[in-house]
Amino acid sequence: MKKFLVFIQKEFYHIVRDTWTMIILLVLPILMTLLFGFGISTEIKNAKFAVYDPSHDLATQKIIDKIKTSDYFTLETYIDDPADIETIFQEGKIALVIVFSEQFYENMLHTGDAQILLIADGTDPNTASTLTSYASRLVASYQQDQMGATGMPPYQIHTEVKLLYNPTLKGSYNTVPGVMGMILMLICAMMTSVSIAREKELGSMEVILVSPMPPLLIILSKVIPYFAISIVNFTTVLLLSVYALEIPIVGSLFLLYGLALLFIFVSLALGLLISSLVDKQIVALLISVMGLLLPTVLLSGLMFPIENMPLLLQGIAQIVPAKWFIVAVKNVMIKGLGITSIMKELVVLGAMAVVLITLSLKKFKIRLD
Amino acid sequence: MSSISVNNIKRNYGKVEALKGVSFEVEKGEIFGIIGPDGAGKTTLFRILTTLLLADSGEAKVDGNDVIKEYKDIRKKVGYMPGRFSLYQDLSVEENLKVFATIFNTTIEENYHLIEDIYKQIEPFKKRRAGALSGGMKQKLALSCALIHEPTVLFLDEPTTGVDPVSRKELWIMLKKLKKEGITILVSTPYMDEASLCDRIALIQDGEFMKIDTPENIVNAFDSELWSVKSSNMSGLLKDLRANNKIITSFAFGDTHHVTVKGLSVEELKSYLVGKGHTSIEINSIKASIEDCFLELSKSS
Repeated sequence: MKKFLVFIQKEFYHIVRDTWTMIILLVLPILMTLLFGFGISTEIKNAKFAVYDPSHDLATQKIIDKIKTSDYFTLETYIDDPADIETIFQEGKIALVIVFSEQFYENMLHTGDAQILLIADGTDPNTASTLTSYASRLVASYQQDQMGATGMPPYQIHTEVKLLYNPTLKGSYNTVPGVMGMILMLICAMMTSVSIAREKELGSMEVILVSPMPPLLIILSKVIPYFAISIVNFTTVLLLSVYALEIPIVGSLFLLYGLALLFIFVSLALGLLISSLVDKQIVALLISVMGLLLPTVLLSGLMFPIENMPLLLQGIAQIVPAKWFIVAVKNVMIKGLGITSIMKELVVLGAMAVVLITLSLKKFKIRLD
Repeated sequence: MSSISVNNIKRNYGKVEALKGVSFEVEKGEIFGIIGPDGAGKTTLFRILTTLLLADSGEAKVDGNDVIKEYKDIRKKVGYMPGRFSLYQDLSVEENLKVFATIFNTTIEENYHLIEDIYKQIEPFKKRRAGALSGGMKQKLALSCALIHEPTVLFLDEPTTGVDPVSRKELWIMLKKLKKEGITILVSTPYMDEASLCDRIALIQDGEFMKIDTPENIVNAFDSELWSVKSSNMSGLLKDLRANNKIITSFAFGDTHHVTVKGLSVEELKSYLVGKGHTSIEINSIKASIEDCFLELSKSS
């Protein structure tokens, strides 16, 4: 036992004495949370729009007012000629153009043929669809106001969208669970596999293997510091998301930590598996980044919705542990659901943990080759 | 009982045969040297004996334990110092020693007497990180770490490579001392001049032992006439020597050339060289060194 403790202490020395390791372990998670939370968000705020309004009547004026007074949009300019629409997009100054049909108010009252065209820049489809749906929601809400004012019979279609769980449409509600998955994967799998590969590369593994220390203990003593650090990081991300990003933890904190522990086991097992297959730090790093981190970012639903992916990628996404973790974190942390709602995720992650730990023990080497 | 016993060990890396079936025995308390150039298979042999690699065939025992079946027992009682400095560079001298003492269930104090001679030389720097030590000091630390648990067999893979001459000398004095404690030492080196410091040596080349014997016997078994030859034009001299068909071998050897001859007298060679335009010619009959024997053997094999 004393041997084990000295080894853990040794591992902490390695970590503390290497500036870059310290930065990756302690600064990177904070940076990532803040960057993803604040910077890379899909929420729309003060998007600039332009208006082409040949009618200039009461109705169009009211709709424009409604849109420009919302938090989402700011009126940039009026356009006099529809031919300018193309130019104004090319200049990149505006995100949305609203085009009204002629004699809008007249048509709205009598023929029911009042039309609005929303034009957005489709090169960024996610933003474009968000913009147009926000704008059409604002138009719909104007229509609703009109019903009350003019006393028209309430047979008109009445659009209402209510956004569950994320009423203010904060992007960070989506990104924070994803960032948790990324950070834990990064620290547990990448840092562990790299640190074990480093011992092989520098030759110290060769010396400590020729000792009474069981090889498994050597490896475990390398894993434990990273285990402790990932719990610290998980806590940091939770604190940041509550106090800096203002995302409340609705569900059980206990359950959330339980979930994190399970995911940490899966990630550590992946790290061990990688380290038993390679003996160069750079290879361990590449496999971790290409094989673990990229799928976590791209296929876990953090960046792109899984439902929109081609079937093959959807299939691959199912074996990305972070995908299950992120869904479960959302359910517990943001929706406040209990353990019954994440049974499936717990079972999948548990099964992955068992399989990976068994596999990495099986692949574990007591010699150099 | 032999301390190390190796029987027909073979090991390939892909198509490369690193060891082509070597066999030898090392007695308890003996300093046994494996002498040969880089790439001869020395490190592979050391790794097999320290249970780090598996041989493709053959068997080996260290201190009575089989290297495959009883690898755990071997790991408890041998000391191993790889050729490359393999301690933790970011830990201090003292921390490194402490880690190794602890994993072998001992303390620095308990076996201090074993390492005292070498460790006290690096003790003034015990707070320094191992990576910041000089080559000689690194080797002293590595040897201290390999000795801290009082091993029965010590494996030193090229302990003097990259080490200054003074530290090399000190290391060999240390090895003689450890031998007196009854520790068996298997040491490899590419330096032929260190061979005479071993009790017995094996000359290894291309994965094969060319000869195993005491350094004296190996030198005495050298039966050709050996001369050292010198002139003012050394590079031209080697060419001219090799062109003479009565000269069997000729090798550049520091500031002289060593040649073995058959049916040629010193006078005949001198006049041959004068004829080739050489001046200030010196020819001396000399006693063979291990290196001469090595070159002779590698030529014939």
